[in-house]
Parts: sequence; structure tokens; C-alpha cells
Amino acid sequence: MEKLSILVVDDEPGIRSGISRILSNHTVSFPFMDEDYGFECREAATGEEALEMIMSEQPHILLLDNKLPGMNGIELLEIIQERNLDIMVAMITSYASLEIAAKATDDGARDFIPKPFTPAELKASIDLITKQLFLRRMARGMKEEGKKIRYQFLSVLSHELKAPLNALEGFLRMMQERELGESLDEYAEILSRCQQRIEGMRLLIMDLMDFTRIRLEKREDKIEKVDLVERAQMAISTIQPLAIQKNIQISFTGEERVFMNADPNDLDIMLNNLLSNAVKYNRENGRVELEIKKMDDKAVMRVRDTGFGMSEEEKATLFREFVRIRNNRTKGITGSGLGLSIVSKLAEIYGGDIQVESKPDSGSEFRVILPGC
Amino acid sequence: MAQKKTILVADDDPDVLFMLGHYLEKWGYEAVTVDSRREAEKFLEVASPDLAIIDLMMEEEDSGFILSYRIKKKDPGIPVIISTAVYREKGIRFDLQHQTDSKWIRADHYLDKGYRMEELRKVIEKLLG
Repeated sequence: MEKLSILVVDDEPGIRSGISRILSNHTVSFPFMDEDYGFECREAATGEEALEMIMSEQPHILLLDNKLPGMNGIELLEIIQERNLDIMVAMITSYASLEIAAKATDDGARDFIPKPFTPAELKASIDLITKQLFLRRMARGMKEEGKKIRYQFLSVLSHELKAPLNALEGFLRMMQERELGESLDEYAEILSRCQQRIEGMRLLIMDLMDFTRIRLEKREDKIEKVDLVERAQMAISTIQPLAIQKNIQISFTGEERVFMNADPNDLDIMLNNLLSNAVKYNRENGRVELEIKKMDDKAVMRVRDTGFGMSEEEKATLFREFVRIRNNRTKGITGSGLGLSIVSKLAEIYGGDIQVESKPDSGSEFRVILPGC
Repeated sequence: MAQKKTILVADDDPDVLFMLGHYLEKWGYEAVTVDSRREAEKFLEVASPDLAIIDLMMEEEDSGFILSYRIKKKDPGIPVIISTAVYREKGIRFDLQHQTDSKWIRADHYLDKGYRMEELRKVIEKLLG
């Protein structure tokens, strides 16, 4: 149990010790908290004394009487606000002055405890403040976590963007300095490598746009009744040129029409990514099967390939950003490492699911299941 | 004629391997190029390079550190150059000034990716003394 520290500021010793006594055995628990909170009280008789105690050891919660000799409660509250101290404050006030209440709220007071108060009223107010404190901590934790993830994403992204630039720069310098001789013919390989790096960077930028778009875009206006089979056939014709290069047969099975409510762009992104993976990570003369069917009120896209397959270890990281399966067989295959994380994020946005079955050397099968049929 | 010195180059970017291979051979070294930490370790099992140039991020984000550690464990006398694209980015610096870092990050030199070949050549010549 964590003990939260409370500083009780009141010029009446009876009130101070009363509050300390009531709260010493009080604990707060809420269903969403991992642990209970208990309390430890310290006491101050004046605002000046309180400020000194706050500066030497900052309490979590301040119970503050407004009417104090010398500096009053509101003044102390203003100092706390000015110095940006992270303390939850509840005002204890004997006369209900609307003016003071408004001023105190402006200055960051979280609650008011009317004087005289019953032990139950005091506890209720402490419960409320503890809950607010817990929520604030949780929000902060999430913000920090978010920052960390974003930072990691950006640093990997900048690595991915810099690598092709460095390669292009290096190749250009080689040409500038005639490293391979005077004839342009000697540079054919380098030039084709440059073109590949540029193509890779263009793909990365396009995937990055999809990646950002699917997260930020408002979907409501774009949802329409779409025939998934029609989108699937369009996706097949898009990938066909690449499949022909590797002599890969793409076949379609399933229903004639499967209507669902979706943004057609999102369906295209999913289908294109799944199909292009199935072709890219396939062997020469391989096969790709695409099946679209309706199961109850869900649409299923199933893409099966005769490619390299994956180990359990490789499968585990598959949907993470910038993760690409690297082994001898995947060398030379270009990709941003964002495709499957985009597909899985989209499936999640639609309240659906993505599943994968794969074994090394025996191909992979991806299934995306989407509700909304 | 003195035997050529062997330089192990580990980088997962085939273009970097191509370019380094070209320049190192032009400068009179024998270049062994590998594209992963695992391949580099396989090479180390059977041979010892005179120097190693390794990329920080390969299979893992810190492949370069692991590999550098293994090379130094095998022979602390082999100079190691780590090249990295994250060197200059905010917040991530691998200075050898911090004692805690230099205890386990045992590279002799760090190069920011995008370095000039002449710069690399100077570093290699200095390290091979």
C-alpha cells in the first residue's frame, strides 16, 4: 500500500489533530487501481509554516483552511500555482463564500470541505482527490510511454530514410571520381542500384503516408457499401505485372459478391499489401491463392502463398513497425517494413482480426476477418 | 611482397558492402564483406581479421555492440570501427567519455554514416599503425 502524504493547514489545533486521526486509518481503493492508498498527515498552523514544510518536503495533498493568521489560504494557493508545484489541494472553509470558492478553483483547488465537517464528509473528499491524483499519474505514465514509442519510431524511420541517401551519395561520389573508369558502361550496376534505392525510398514514403493516414483520418464520411470481391480483383490486376516477372500464378476463389461497409481505400491497402507480400516472398513459379468469403456477418480475406514461410520466432515480430524478415532467402527483396503493421492496424480499426499460419518452406497463409457485412 | 591485411566489413546494406569492398581493395586491403552479425561471427570462428568495420544496426538495434564485444573478447588487439546512422541524432550519442559505456562498448572509433571515404582511410591507417 502506498502512503500519500497530506499536509493539514489550519490554525485550530483541534481540527488538525482531528483530521490526522480520521485519516490515519483511512484507506482508498477503486476497482481500477492496482493497490490501495493510505495516508500520512503532517500539520501546519500558519501559511508561512506550511510553505516552509512544502518546500522541504512536497506533500501529495494539501488540506488548506482559508482563514489563517498572516498569509491566508488563497495566497498560499497562488504561490503553489505560481511555482507550478504538483500538489492536489482541497480548501477547508467555514463560511461558504462564493467569491472565495471561485478564486480557489481558479487557483487550482480540487475540492471544498465545509466547516464543520463530519468524518464521512472528510473521507469522501479525500477519496475524490485520491482518485484524481491516481488518474493524473496514469495519464502522465501513458504520455511518457507514448513519447517513448514515438521517439523510437522516429529514430528507426530516420535510419531507414538516411540509409538510401547515404548509398546514393556514395555511388554519386564514385562516379564523380571515376572510381570504375572513364566509360559509363562500367557504372551500369551502380546506376541500377541507385534506381532501386530511389524506388525503395518512394515505397517507404507511400507506406508512411498510408501508415499516418489510417491513424489520423476520420473514417465516418468515407464508409460506403463496397464489394470486396471487386476490390480484390482490382488488387490482383495491380500486382499481376510483378507476379508475371516471377512466373507466379494468382488464383481467385470465393463468392461472386461480398458487400461490406468500409472505406474502399482501406480495403485496397490491405489487399495490396497482402498480395504483394505473397508475391515478393514467394519462389519462382509459385502460386498465390486469394479467397474472399462471407462468414455470418463477417468478411474474410484469405491469402495463401507457396513462399518461404516463417519460423515461430519470425512470426512473433511480424506485425511490428519496420520489422522485416531477414534471412538468406529474403535478401534483395525491397520493402518498408510497414506493410503488415498497416494491415493489422487497419484490421484493428475495423474491429476485425488478422491471423497468420506459416512454417518455414511450406508457405504462409494470412487471414483478415472484418465485421460489417 | 607483404601479405595484404584483412578487413572484416559487416553491414546489412548491400550497397555499403559494395562500396567499402571497392575502396578497401583499391587501398590494398583484403575485404571480407558480410551482411549480418551471425555471418561475421561465423567468419570469426575460422579466421581473425586485422581490423573490423561494423554497422551498429543489423539484425538487432545493437548488433554492432555485440559484435564488437565478441571481436575484442577473441582478440583485444583487433581494432574495431563502428559506423552508425544514429550517432548524431538527438539523445543518442555513443561517446567513449562515459566510463560505464566504455566498459562494454569496446570500439576504437565511431564513424557517422555518410562519412567520406578519405576520412575512413585515415582512421584505418591510424588504427593499423
